[in-house]
Amino acid sequence: MSAALDFASALLLAVGALFTLAGGIGLLRLPDVFTRLHGAGITDTLGAGAILLGLALAAGWSLLLGKLLALLAILALLNPSASHALARAAIHGIRRPWLGEPEN
Amino acid sequence: MLFLLLSGAWLLLSGHWSAMLLGLGLVSVIAVVLLCVRLNILDSEGLPLKQVPGLVGYLPWLIGQIVSASLDVTRRILNPHLPISPTILHVDATQHSAVGRVSYANSITLTPGTISLDVADHQIEVHALTEDAAQELAQGEMARRVCTLEGKSC
Repeated sequence: MSAALDFASALLLAVGALFTLAGGIGLLRLPDVFTRLHGAGITDTLGAGAILLGLALAAGWSLLLGKLLALLAILALLNPSASHALARAAIHGIRRPWLGEPEN
Repeated sequence: MLFLLLSGAWLLLSGHWSAMLLGLGLVSVIAVVLLCVRLNILDSEGLPLKQVPGLVGYLPWLIGQIVSASLDVTRRILNPHLPISPTILHVDATQHSAVGRVSYANSITLTPGTISLDVADHQIEVHALTEDAAQELAQGEMARRVCTLEGKSC
């Protein structure tokens, strides 16, 4: 049982790390601020979510588990607000979304 | 209700059971509740408890959407050709309450590949990473489910 939990926890942590890495690569490769927000979106939804779930499995039944789950809920509320604030600031500023073909 | 929520949060975050710390927590909770009552923000918007039962059905679906959309965006990012087609579209937010529209806009942003840019009265301006993601959103599956979450049909 404990071995299975450890395995699931490690698997979730690895998946979270992979998605965080993919989000980082997206941040570097994508062309403008709006598309980069999509890349960052993977990092803080699935990346952070999987890592927190993995940590929750490792924590077992304790106060720490409750704290991790609370953190997950707070993150789920906070992340869209922050992304929306960034996107809104960008669209009301001078940025025009990149919609066309690659420049070169 | 807010009293119970805040007390729970204090116990969860402190984890100490000594009389002095519990007393401090009680004083803080009472002070916050009194302030909220005085500020008049204890309404359905400040404390959207009516939505909580609907979340049980909505959250698993949303998480499924997030996972599948994440996989799609990840594939596109790691693809050497970077097959993206950024699109701007407007979707109708037919939800009756402000909380419902905020839930919808937040669900859009939370799903990788779509971000809500601006919320007008009953329309949301959305930036989508790909045409496919834009079309899927335009079909309105998510809008219908947020309506169900709100407890009304629209």
